[in-house]
Amino acid sequence: MAGLTLYDKLWRSHLVLERDDGSALIYIDRHIVHEVTSPQAFEGLRLAGRKPWRVGSIVATPDHNVPTTSLERASGVEGIADPISKIQVKTLDENCDELGILEFKINDRRQGIVHVVGPETGACLPGMTIVCGDSHTSTNGALGALAFGIGTSEVEHVMATQCLVAKKMKNMLVQVDGELGAGVTPKDVVLAIIGEIGTAGGTGYAIEFGGEVFRSMSMEGRLTVCNMAIEAGARAGMVAVDEITLEYVKNKPFAPGAHWDLAVAEWRELHSDADATFDRVVRLDGGKIQPQVTWGTSPEMVLPVLGAVPNPDAESDPVKKTSIQRALEYMGLQAGQAITEIPVDKVFIGSCTNSRIEDIRSAAEIVKGRHKAASVALAMVVPGSGEVKAQAEAEGLDKIFREAGFEWREPGCSMCLAMNADRLEPGERCASTSNRNFEGRQGYGGRTHLVSPAMAAGAAIAGHFVDVRQFSATH
Amino acid sequence: MKSFTKITGLVAPMDRANVDTDLIIPKQFLKSIARTGFGANAFDELRYLDKGEPGKDNSSRPLNADFPLNHPRYQGATILLTRENFGCGSSREHAPWALDEFGFRCIIAPSFADIFFNNCFKNALLPVVLPAEVVSLLFNDMYACEGYQLTVDLQEQCVIRPDGQSYPFEVDAFRKHCLLHGLDDIGLTLQDAEHIKAYEAKRRVSAPWLFDTAY
Repeated sequence: MAGLTLYDKLWRSHLVLERDDGSALIYIDRHIVHEVTSPQAFEGLRLAGRKPWRVGSIVATPDHNVPTTSLERASGVEGIADPISKIQVKTLDENCDELGILEFKINDRRQGIVHVVGPETGACLPGMTIVCGDSHTSTNGALGALAFGIGTSEVEHVMATQCLVAKKMKNMLVQVDGELGAGVTPKDVVLAIIGEIGTAGGTGYAIEFGGEVFRSMSMEGRLTVCNMAIEAGARAGMVAVDEITLEYVKNKPFAPGAHWDLAVAEWRELHSDADATFDRVVRLDGGKIQPQVTWGTSPEMVLPVLGAVPNPDAESDPVKKTSIQRALEYMGLQAGQAITEIPVDKVFIGSCTNSRIEDIRSAAEIVKGRHKAASVALAMVVPGSGEVKAQAEAEGLDKIFREAGFEWREPGCSMCLAMNADRLEPGERCASTSNRNFEGRQGYGGRTHLVSPAMAAGAAIAGHFVDVRQFSATH
Repeated sequence: MKSFTKITGLVAPMDRANVDTDLIIPKQFLKSIARTGFGANAFDELRYLDKGEPGKDNSSRPLNADFPLNHPRYQGATILLTRENFGCGSSREHAPWALDEFGFRCIIAPSFADIFFNNCFKNALLPVVLPAEVVSLLFNDMYACEGYQLTVDLQEQCVIRPDGQSYPFEVDAFRKHCLLHGLDDIGLTLQDAEHIKAYEAKRRVSAPWLFDTAY
């Protein structure tokens, strides 16, 4: 019998039962909750007279709606100016208080973007099944966990039963060997992967990221990569457990204390067996990956920074051709235009993809001693959590950004999806470290280009996209 | 949950690939804590010429005359015909809620994004996968014939054209069963509560750290 993949192992260890019709019940270890996708689930439980199956499995924090200016944050939830947002955040507080659910409230130092908070507190651990009503839950797979996003009905289902009805996904291995060039970051790696397999390439699969590039990548880098597995269509992305994982998890507030050795013994098995078989294998040469910039309205519309905007006439598939035409029109770009000639109006450094301390350090390194271009109306840095913010401030990074004309904000999802006041105005163009460049994603009529933190910082300084590798050299 | 057995209904187009859930229901409407009230804002950015906001009176907003779902010929459509990877992006269940409230009962596409696909079944909105060439053919039929209707039969797992030609589709047995009978799957899962407890008891011994309540 062939060996098992990491995903096979995680699936097996959480299988409660298999039904004759091919569906299965899988047990959920950790349920992360935020304010947007939970109120209807709590209400559903209440209407049915049900209680959460295991309250201790749930950890909550508001992130999507929270304001990021210190002025608005000063008076906590009451200070939220948007009355509808305020109700939603308050509703989360009330639901958690009523049921005894652990919540990092708006001004708790541990508050932040769910997918930043989970790993950094140790609430999310290797070997766990982790769900959240948010597609970027795949982030947590970097720990060697099975983590995926669910809808609100399933949020209610997990609260009520601690399980999900699921069908096993197929296995895909994305193998990236070689060594990344200087200035090429985990964000560039995952954008290059999406460019290769497309936004639907991973549909129906759990993706394991393997190969030299991921083995030598930091845990935060792996979190960035797994975060965007969903942008390749895969609900779950994951990386095998190794010493880097264990070192990261150790001493986290909620990491196993007395049971550490027992846990580590189990976690060391969390890798694909040498003879495991995958339904699909995709290989990329890490040494060939360049800094990436998306030009269109889907994450697969991505190019190396030294590339040029594609010409729809070169596309033979009519559906794709129309997509390119529509994207160029929406984005206000011309076929053949060099990426480095595209000017930006705003710069956003943040989101569950790129708001961790390493991301902020990487952007600060570019920004240090420079100033944002006068043509850039706003450059903002939004740390992923109160902990990240405090760490960055302890390192003096906030000062670097402020001196360069950037705004330094309070933690939250912010302009990644613009549910709070941080947004693009119609026609504005943004270099963003977030994960989606969909039409209207960062604000009605807004134009998003996805890039790494270093590339976003470079664009803020230059006022247009630049190859951050050359940029660094001239510093 | 509502049930879904068989429908015959007017078909309307969303003729593009990779329609994401941000496009189906923009983020500003996700601030609601209710499960209803999203239908008037389905495809908001395509449907209206101004920017939608929660609480705004949608009946007085300027409609985008170029958007097919605003055309008289597609009013009352219950089947949405679309292209590859429909429902990609955010996991927001507000997307199927909005489509359901808009009046759709079924979406036909060559492929769907996983989370959206799953969410549809929780709301008796049937996502049907047909080969891309069949979808293209249905698009041609629909554009050529005003009032074009299709029949979708879940029991028989087929889509039937007006000329009687039938195209089979796949659906998981469990999901089909739940949809046909309008079953609440939480109730069904709780019938297996003893299995869940037994699993938990075993894990408490083999992986006790998962049950630590240090906080």
